[in-house]
Amino acid sequence: TLLSFVLSAALLQHPPLHQTYRFDLSIGHKTADDMALARRSSNLLKPLSTASSSSFLNRRPFSTDDSTTITVETSVPFTGHNCEPPSRSIDTTPKELMTFFTDMALMRRMEIAADSLYKSKLIRGFCHLYDGQEAVSIGMEAAITKKDCIITAYRDHCIFLGRGGTLLESFSELMGRQAGCSRGKGGSMHFYKKDACFFGGHGIVGAQVPLGCGLAFAQKYRKEDHVTFTMYGDGAANQGQLFEALNMAALWDLPAILVCENNHYGMGTAEWRAAKSPAYYKRGDYVPGLKVDGMDAFAVKQACKFAKEHALKNGPIILEMDTYRYHGHSMSDPGSTYRTRDEISGVRQERDPIERIRKLILAHDIATEKELKDIEKLARKEVDEAIAKAKESPMPDDPELFTNVYRKGFGVESFGTDRKEVRATLP
Amino acid sequence: MASIFQGVGAATALSSSTSFDTKKFHLSSRRSFSVRRASFFVVRSDGAKMDSGLNRIGGRADQLVTNAVATKADTPAASTASKPGHELLLFEALREGLEEEMERDAHVCVVGEDVGHYGGSYKVTKGLADKYGDLRVLDTPIAENSFTGMGIGAAMCGLRPIIEGMNMGFLLLAFNQISNNCGMLHYTSGGQFKIPVVIRGPGGVGRQLGAEHSQRLESYFQSIPGIQMVACSTPYNAKGLMKAAIRSDNPVILFEHVLLYNLKERIPDEEYVLNLEEAEMVRPGEHVTILTYSRMRYHVMQAAKTLVNKGYDPEVIDIRSLKPFDLYTIGNSIKKTHRVLIVEECMRTGGIGASLTAAITENFHDYLDAPIVCLSSQDVPTPYAGTLEEWTVVQPPQIVAAVEQLCR
Repeated sequence: TLLSFVLSAALLQHPPLHQTYRFDLSIGHKTADDMALARRSSNLLKPLSTASSSSFLNRRPFSTDDSTTITVETSVPFTGHNCEPPSRSIDTTPKELMTFFTDMALMRRMEIAADSLYKSKLIRGFCHLYDGQEAVSIGMEAAITKKDCIITAYRDHCIFLGRGGTLLESFSELMGRQAGCSRGKGGSMHFYKKDACFFGGHGIVGAQVPLGCGLAFAQKYRKEDHVTFTMYGDGAANQGQLFEALNMAALWDLPAILVCENNHYGMGTAEWRAAKSPAYYKRGDYVPGLKVDGMDAFAVKQACKFAKEHALKNGPIILEMDTYRYHGHSMSDPGSTYRTRDEISGVRQERDPIERIRKLILAHDIATEKELKDIEKLARKEVDEAIAKAKESPMPDDPELFTNVYRKGFGVESFGTDRKEVRATLP
Repeated sequence: MASIFQGVGAATALSSSTSFDTKKFHLSSRRSFSVRRASFFVVRSDGAKMDSGLNRIGGRADQLVTNAVATKADTPAASTASKPGHELLLFEALREGLEEEMERDAHVCVVGEDVGHYGGSYKVTKGLADKYGDLRVLDTPIAENSFTGMGIGAAMCGLRPIIEGMNMGFLLLAFNQISNNCGMLHYTSGGQFKIPVVIRGPGGVGRQLGAEHSQRLESYFQSIPGIQMVACSTPYNAKGLMKAAIRSDNPVILFEHVLLYNLKERIPDEEYVLNLEEAEMVRPGEHVTILTYSRMRYHVMQAAKTLVNKGYDPEVIDIRSLKPFDLYTIGNSIKKTHRVLIVEECMRTGGIGASLTAAITENFHDYLDAPIVCLSSQDVPTPYAGTLEEWTVVQPPQIVAAVEQLCR
């Protein structure tokens, strides 16, 4: 209506922050072989009839076709700083496409469910949701192994899931239950998974960047062939400790990859109001950088693969993921006071990562529309089951208040004013 | 059990030198590390056996060295060469402990400013970079916040870094990393990650270093949950606490003092590790318990000489463990003497003495015959002028006056 147009024009006082990307589905025309393949593959794509107790992520009822190669082009070419950007064309398989779709659908569903759990006061405190940015996590996981370390800030639910965390652990931790990944004592901002080299989960903006360089230092110290992905946001990119850490990483050639998830808003402030130079990938100066479309899972995958090879040989590199979050900064932020709803829905229509994969799948006839909808329904069901199970998990017992403050080492009982329950006993 | 440590040790070490800037001796002492691994002692003042948690380190924990701080020998005719142990300065003792631990475990590394090629601003890491390489003794740029964070990240990933702050006051820049990531990560990750770092450096009021370089950070760090704080005061406990801190799986902050680096003492040749949570009985007594730590220990011992001449019998305890307090040793002492004097270098407001006063009052109120007296530094920035600086910290005459008042 005219009123909303006027309103949105009034609110839109700043220049557009991102260009619209077009989907480039470069595929060959269909041949008879293609049709045959499509027919064969669609026979495999039977929707699941019964739900089993195994995790959704392990079930691949759809194309397990790993052999057919599909070439996909990223929507925009990469922009490099002090480095040659990798090629735009990426090879993938139907299996990978389906995996991407399934995993991203699950992540999206988890975040939406967390939204409603927060509104019904089962999740308290701070809850920072990742929906819209799933492609970064998915693309990264596709390019690396579980021995490569990832450390991120507080928007960590989906990255935890990508690292192999279960829905039960996530929801239990969000609700503060015992079954949570941090035994309910961490909360939304402190998800960790040690066996998958996921180092969290940090509440203070930017503090995880020196930690990430420390992880890379340990990897170099022990001469491992792995890298560390240190993730931060456009808000944290203005922190001094980031530049300090970058200097050290470059000085000692640490295998650290700094990933800036630029969703264009640092809490409630737009990037152009907080940063003199919002070209975050160039901020490394002597450190090479790459600007990536963070809503395109394949671009992210290609960039991370490139970055890993670079870091193992030459030291740190910065990746800037141009992405977007649909929710506000956290659940206490409506997300619409500093940006318009039109902007949000515009991005959702044009750049949504799941839609992109869906279009690719449909274009290549790997699955039908209905099958994809069934996957999403299954994701919803899985999430609901996990929530129900998480609700059953009890709150931590009272003595848990005092556990894990210190690690028992050296065989000595620590005692004193810290342990209020324990008083000094005199002979 | 309090008599196991010969309290005369520390006092008599000082009787040969009246000031703390002792002349630097570089004695050629016998230091053969290869022999040292043969035996391994853990010293506890109450003579209790260590439990099985320690035996896995491989020590014969039931063997105790009772006269470990033996400086004045019981055998007056003994010459220097035949006395057990070797003499060295406090910074050399720290280095010895550090080197032994680096030798023992390849994951131990040092991170800090000027620790490598320069050898450490107080020579604690001298020679280590040549021996272990630049990656194990890492020279960092002047960026405390991030290299502390780096050390903590490396610890999360399995290394055991020792982070040196050139002066403790600089670690205020790294407060976020120390508080949130170092202290709390073990808890917020539900026990998944351990942070076995040692954060060490010199602090305290020096010789006219100015306000910003004379800070006592133990008062700021004491509330951080999840860390342990210890303060060393003699070469013997410096080496022992350094080794214990490195072996501990918890983050430990080791407070050294700028003026104590040149203290000389004879320490055992055998390997020994001290208990991080234990206080040290410096001088057993009957009339009053004086609790102190770090440099103030020496002011107290100086005052103790005067007090002994006046007929008092103070019991001096070096609390060593600033977090958690060793309320066991302290409590036993209070039960005996019923009077407490705390002498510390922290400021009056919110210092270690304030917490200790609260802890003692809470736990041992019934045993006290008089209110606890706490002598601390003045609540002022440390001035540059020498005379003013002298009166910022507690001096021996004040300690004597306080004891006389307490014991009336």
